[in-house]
Amino acid sequence: MKSCKEVHLLVIEGQDRKFGFAERLAVRVHLVMCSACRRFEGQMILLRQALKSFPGE
Amino acid sequence: MIDTGLEQSLQTIRPTLLRFAMLQLRDEATAEDVVQETLLAALEGKSTFSGRSQLKTWAVSILRNKIVDHLRRGSREGSLPFVDEQGDEDFDALFDGSGHWQEPPGDWGDPAAVIEQRGFYDVLELCMKALPENVARVFTMREILGFETEEICKELKMTASNCWVVLYRARMRLRECLQLRWFSAR
Repeated sequence: MKSCKEVHLLVIEGQDRKFGFAERLAVRVHLVMCSACRRFEGQMILLRQALKSFPGE
Repeated sequence: MIDTGLEQSLQTIRPTLLRFAMLQLRDEATAEDVVQETLLAALEGKSTFSGRSQLKTWAVSILRNKIVDHLRRGSREGSLPFVDEQGDEDFDALFDGSGHWQEPPGDWGDPAAVIEQRGFYDVLELCMKALPENVARVFTMREILGFETEEICKELKMTASNCWVVLYRARMRLRECLQLRWFSAR
């Protein structure tokens, strides 16, 4: 199983390119079991959404 | 014929447009020029303003295109040499020897709710300004102007791996900054 360190890199990389099936699966499996990395993923999603509606109201 | 009503409304959102442009161009004179072009284009093209979209959204979308044009022009003229001034930066310290988080990331909550909170965008802007100029440029091209990563690398004449590293750093730094200045501060 991948470490959190590897997975945080993949979560970020996943924002900039499409993964193949094996990579996607490896990340998913880790995220299901690891709440810390799920929160990290949540932070990255928030960042992207916030920038999409930049400059806000 | 100049539509004075529209002109006045545009003047009121001028500061917002300028902030938006400054963040991406980092040069006041250039930002002023681009915003000026945007306001003129808006006045000339007012027939394309449907009224359905808000004035600000409409003006920002024109501005976005002007910034993209500017960056394209700049990269053709070779005025954007990409120097990675940061060297190594250690995000390794976030993890222990076995690759676990030293300190697990915080729960930031529901994005839609967070971005509605008053003051959030001021802090985000502050954090963006704290990024080194080149890092900010790559990152805003990706996230605000919506370029694909390959396109950015090509425009800025960067290698794919360099481009990726820069995007990684930008995200990690913004995360750190938002945690410190927004999420922990509340």
